[in-house]
Amino acid sequence: MSLDLLVAILMTVAGAATPLLIAGLGELVVEKSGVLNLGVEGMMLIGAVTGFAVATSTGVPVLGALAAMAAAAAASLIFAVLVLTLMANQVATGLALTIFGTGVSALIGAPFVGITTPTLGPVFPDFLTSSPLLRLVFGHSPLVYVGLILTVAVAFFLNRSRSGLILRAVGESDAAAHAIGYPVLKIRYLAVLFGGAMAGLAGSYYSLVLTPMWAERLTAGRGWIAIALVVFASWKPGRMLAGAYLFGLVMTMELQAKAAGFNVFAPELLAALPYVATIAVLAIISAARRTGTAAPACLGKPFRAAA
Amino acid sequence: MFQTNRRHLLAGAAALGASSFVGLPARAAIGEKKDKVKAAFVYVGPVGDYGYSFAHDQGRKYLEKELGDKVETNFVENVAEGPDAERVIRQLAQGGNDIVFTTSFGFMNPTLKVAKQFPKVAFDHATGYKTAANMGAYNSRFYQGRAVLGTIAGMMSKTGEGGYIASFPIPEVVMGINAFTLAARAKNPKFVTKVVWVNSWYDPAKEADATKALLSQGVDVISQHTDSPAPLQAAEQAGVIAFGQAWDMSKFAPKSHMTAIVDHWGPYYVDEVKKLLAGEWKPSDIWWGMKEDILEMAPFNDAMPEDVKKAAQDIVDRTKAGEYDVFTGPINNQAGEKKVADGEKIPDADLLKMDWYVEGVQS
Repeated sequence: MSLDLLVAILMTVAGAATPLLIAGLGELVVEKSGVLNLGVEGMMLIGAVTGFAVATSTGVPVLGALAAMAAAAAASLIFAVLVLTLMANQVATGLALTIFGTGVSALIGAPFVGITTPTLGPVFPDFLTSSPLLRLVFGHSPLVYVGLILTVAVAFFLNRSRSGLILRAVGESDAAAHAIGYPVLKIRYLAVLFGGAMAGLAGSYYSLVLTPMWAERLTAGRGWIAIALVVFASWKPGRMLAGAYLFGLVMTMELQAKAAGFNVFAPELLAALPYVATIAVLAIISAARRTGTAAPACLGKPFRAAA
Repeated sequence: MFQTNRRHLLAGAAALGASSFVGLPARAAIGEKKDKVKAAFVYVGPVGDYGYSFAHDQGRKYLEKELGDKVETNFVENVAEGPDAERVIRQLAQGGNDIVFTTSFGFMNPTLKVAKQFPKVAFDHATGYKTAANMGAYNSRFYQGRAVLGTIAGMMSKTGEGGYIASFPIPEVVMGINAFTLAARAKNPKFVTKVVWVNSWYDPAKEADATKALLSQGVDVISQHTDSPAPLQAAEQAGVIAFGQAWDMSKFAPKSHMTAIVDHWGPYYVDEVKKLLAGEWKPSDIWWGMKEDILEMAPFNDAMPEDVKKAAQDIVDRTKAGEYDVFTGPINNQAGEKKVADGEKIPDADLLKMDWYVEGVQS
């Protein structure tokens, strides 16, 4: 295998993994605070269409990415009000958010079908991307680096910072956190908004980097993979990084194998591999529940402050 | 026109179910003259895909424009090929439509099933092969366009390797791959087509990644049988040539987009509804091509060398005149064995069941 080919493959892997990583990290923080938001796919679509609309109108793709975060966060706010303040069922509301996001993104996006946009492409100067190895380091869209930095930041926040500790406490035992004076709902609101913003950013990766266009259902179900990855990663940012890149690798290798004409094993099986892995990890986690690697204890439960 | 989706249909299902008990509004049989026809369309993708479903919807709009207040249309988009399709088609038949056009291969069996339950409703299914007393089949000879693309690919590829983003291994797609490869090899006998199956009609991210995978394997022409412009965009970024699918997609890749196969369903839809209005509708089994203007090529890119333009136009002209058929022997299969004798043509019935690849296809 030539170096060029290897680099090309690895670059595609990073591209496929990045949106999963960013959206997954957002959802991870949300779930760590004890809220299950199944609306990731819908928020990603809202982010994708908003990012595209703003980038084409202003000509500045970075503004598009920022607008995508704001718009998806706004959508997540609707979810937060419903499940946190009004205590609606989180699963049903999350699914509704996905359906809402699919519809509203199609509506907003109708005038943007069939046009192209400036992309959020590589940022480093050309001489840094002249050789394949340098390209592997410097040749990505800025969002790829954002994903990597975000992993470190989220890991640090959850494991090393006081606020992260409080967020985890809220997710593990909301009543206890409330009893010692932490504003449970406020913390959950902030977590949901963060998750929304990250889903929006991930969505804009599709419309501004990977496939710089708008078309309905552009993300084609990637939001669900991001949610599955949270479980796969057993709620740990480091494993989320590994999981997202593993998914990206398997998705890419499936296509590479077909392009190279290898049909040693069934490509359908290869395509199913990430999902099989998720189920296996789920089974292992529930079998080893006593080790404490399972879901946050309050995940999906509404919180009603005791009088 | 009103737009609807599956969720609205779900909500309406209960109401419609109830109405079937109290009796449906009297409906004229297919053979009677009608003042007005209500026509429904079922699409596999979103109308905003700017590809296959978009092209069908352009046909629907053409129908409305041509027949004015003689026709009322409605459509359901994003219908999955499976049990869901049967439910959607049944709702449309129950909902007072006189004719239902189901526009994707996977809708064939659901359409047949529903057609038997609603003998007063006319059904037309696209790109399939089954018909019934009130169900016609219509198709377009897309492969004629694929032969034009193959000709261009064979002449313009420097590496002699083309990439093909394919959806599902159904006869329609296999036929396209073969036509493309045969035409390319007529110009460059060493030409090889590398096929990547993405197992979806519409998944832009996967289509883009598949294109990148093919490009890293050395292909310098990209052809697609999926519905989004993503492969074209990836080709544009890499600076290799590519072709649009179902509609002129040159906006997405002004440099790479050489031409596209443009689907023109409108005239057929007008024809069918006119027959229904006159009470003369019969289940047809048509397979039109360039001659009937159901498909045409998008304008050739200026970047195409003159001799390539000429050769491509020659294929179009000779196809229209009935002098050229890409599936004319000698044709070898992948193993190099002769499948079609010199001068012999593959009959339509065999094309519609095609499940083997010609020499030069790497899949």
